[in-house]
This record gives sequence, structure tokens and C-alpha cells, in this order.
Amino acid sequence: MDIKITVIDRDDKAHELDAPTDMNMNLMELCKAYELPVEGTCGGMALCSTCHCYVQSEHELPEATEDEEDMLDQAFFVEDNSRLGCQIKLADEIDGLIVKLAPVGE
Amino acid sequence: MIKTDILIIGAGPVGLFAVFEAGLLKLRCHLIDALPQPGGQLSEIYPKKPIYDIPGYPSVLAGELVDNLMEQIEPFHPGFTLGERAETIEKTEEGHFRVTTNKGTVHEAPVIAIAGGLGSFEPRKPPISNIADFEDKGVEYIIKDPEFYRNKRVVVAGGGDSALDWTIFLADVASEVTLVHRRTQFRGALDSVEKVIELNEQGKIKLITEAQVTGLNGNGSLDEVIIKHKTEGDIVKSTDHFVPLFGLSPKLGPIGDWGLAIQKNAIEVNTFDYSTNIPGIFAIGDINTYPGKLKLILCGFHEATLMCQSAFKIINPDKKLSFKYTTVTGVEGLEEG
Repeated sequence: MDIKITVIDRDDKAHELDAPTDMNMNLMELCKAYELPVEGTCGGMALCSTCHCYVQSEHELPEATEDEEDMLDQAFFVEDNSRLGCQIKLADEIDGLIVKLAPVGE
Repeated sequence: MIKTDILIIGAGPVGLFAVFEAGLLKLRCHLIDALPQPGGQLSEIYPKKPIYDIPGYPSVLAGELVDNLMEQIEPFHPGFTLGERAETIEKTEEGHFRVTTNKGTVHEAPVIAIAGGLGSFEPRKPPISNIADFEDKGVEYIIKDPEFYRNKRVVVAGGGDSALDWTIFLADVASEVTLVHRRTQFRGALDSVEKVIELNEQGKIKLITEAQVTGLNGNGSLDEVIIKHKTEGDIVKSTDHFVPLFGLSPKLGPIGDWGLAIQKNAIEVNTFDYSTNIPGIFAIGDINTYPGKLKLILCGFHEATLMCQSAFKIINPDKKLSFKYTTVTGVEGLEEG
């Protein structure tokens, strides 16, 4: 039932997390559940960009929506592999996903 | 000086509803909020989003909920200090609290209710390592007075309305305006986008898309920004000012230094009445924490209601408080002023 997701924090420490796929959770919520430093200010509505991360594994994720792209405009150091964690649903297809948390301003 | 019974810090839904519950007990309220409008996150982040867990409303837009709360508290004539951030707190000789904002407005009250949500909304700062060295020495996060930029070279960054609007405005003021944005599309209003593209074609501004400002250089004050372009690599651009406009995000801010017991950016409270470790100061809504805490508007409403009971006893130590239903007594407003 659970999948594995690796989250690399801003100090480059890798955290291998067990992620449930049957609780309608997203990556932002998973990070918060493990008390990783992700704010998730807006609660997962793609309205704040505090869960900005870089996808480092080769997984094919569903493309970012226009809303997500708009909100990435408020993030910093955005790269081609940038995503909002709150828009990545925990599902079997992303087993083994590796993401790195993006830098945040003061 | 503004005097009131309960000084509420934060004019989000919970702060607003506290005015209603306080009003039923004949207590006057005044609210301070860093944002220019009431409603907190509901107005600032998601006014058009439906909320489904407000009792009695199968669905209500966040903005509508704020409008309704404003209507509900209207009979109690609350005061507002908007666009100012509560900065310092001190005790007066008579044991009241004196709260001063960043703009110097002074408020006094025997009871403080902190309903600050996630904190006060502040401009989002880019995580460029040396950015703090250039704050007010070439880097500004908000434009207070456009005249400040007259005949100066300015680099604006961002893709929303404020970045677009200021780029357009500064085109006639600054000697050179450069707008840097990470992609070719903008999320701002269409006519602003068209105007910016037109100004770029006319050579009145420089538009650099698919690029981000990633570094700052200068000796004492800002001399140049490093712009990382997706395909062209780094561009070094001489400038007098860099204005990153990336929206607002909430910060606990000065309240964190008021001597309150804080745990992970939230204020610890006693669930009896949501009192903090400082007698007379309460914390309600998303800003507080206690075992079992849920950050829900409806929980904040409950917290506000219980808080007012203890506030009444502090403000009226000799009066007896008798509990009344609005169905029996209706809503008796307070006189203005």
C-alpha cells in the first residue's frame, strides 16, 4: 500500500519517507506529516508556492496546470523540474520519487 | 491614542467574529491588521475559493464569508487600523496594554486578543544569500514612492500585476526599466501584459523573459544584478535598484518577541479560555496551539467565543456575567465611537 519517496532537504540531507497512497494525500502534506521544513501556507490550493520543490528522478508526472505555473511565478530559482508539492498526488506511479526542497526567502 | 476594551490583532475571520461575541457582552473592539483590507488570508489568498465547512453554509466563497462577518459585526461599530503591523507592546501604569504599530499608531486596551493567523503578510524576499546587505541600499520589496526612482535604473522582477503595473508606471519615471520574468506568459491582467510587450517593442523598457535574478553585486550599495537566462546563461546588468515583486507571505513577525510562550511559530494557550502565558493576552484562531488543535475557521469561532467570557471578567471584575441567547435578546448594538 505504501510507496517510498525521498525528500532531500535544504541542507542536502535525504529523508526516505513511507507514503500512503490511500489517504488522498499530496507531497506537501507528506512533508508536513514528517515535520520537514515545508510551510504549505495556503493549505494545498496552489496559492502560495511555499511547497516549491525540484523533481530529481525520471518519473513522468502529470503536467503542471496553468494555476500551478502561475503560482510558480511567485517562487524563486524556478527550474524546468520545478513543481509545487501540493499538486503532486501520492500514488503508485510515483513510487521511488526523489524531490529536493527549493530554497525559500527569509 | 485609540482606546478600546479588546484590542484584536488580526482582522481575519476569527478576529472579526470576536467583535460579535464581545459586542454581545457590551465590550468594544478595535482591530489592527497589516493588510489594507479586512479578511486576512480569505481576502488576500483565496477570496474566490468556496469553503464547505462553515456550519449552516453548504458552500460559501471566502470573500463572501468576510462580507457577511463585516455585516454581522456592523452593529458593534468596531474600529480598524488597517495597513499597519502591530509592532511593540508595553504595560501602562494602570495595567493596560499599549500596542504601537510600525507607523506609530498607539492603541490601549485592558485585553489583547491575538488573532494573527499565520502572521502578518510581508513581501516575499528572494533567497539570494547577500540580499540583506542591499536592503534599502538598492533593493526594495515594495514601491512606496515612484518618484524615488526618477532618472534611476531599475530592475523589476516578477510576473504578477504589481510587477507589470509598476513596470508600466516606472517607464515614464526611471531612466531605464528592466522587467525580468521566468517565463513568457504572465499571470497579470491581459491589458497590462499587452502594454508591457508594447513598451518593450517601443524600446521604452527592457523585457527579459525566461530569466530570473539569481545574484546581486555591489560595494556598499547595489551596482549590478546577475540574471540567469534559460538559454543565454548569465547576464550581468548594471542597475541602481532591484525591486523583486513576488507577492506576500505571512510571517509571525514582532509578536514573536512579546514574551509569549511560542511553539513552532504558534502561541501556546490554555483551552479553558485561550489565554496565553501573559494574563490579559489571549490567542485565537490559526495562531494558537494546544493539544488537539485544528486550524479551522469554525474552531477559531469557538475559541473567540470562550475568550470573550474571560475578557469580560478582566474588564469588569465586579460585574456578574449572565449568559444570554441571541434568540432571546436579539442583537443590541453599541453606540458609535
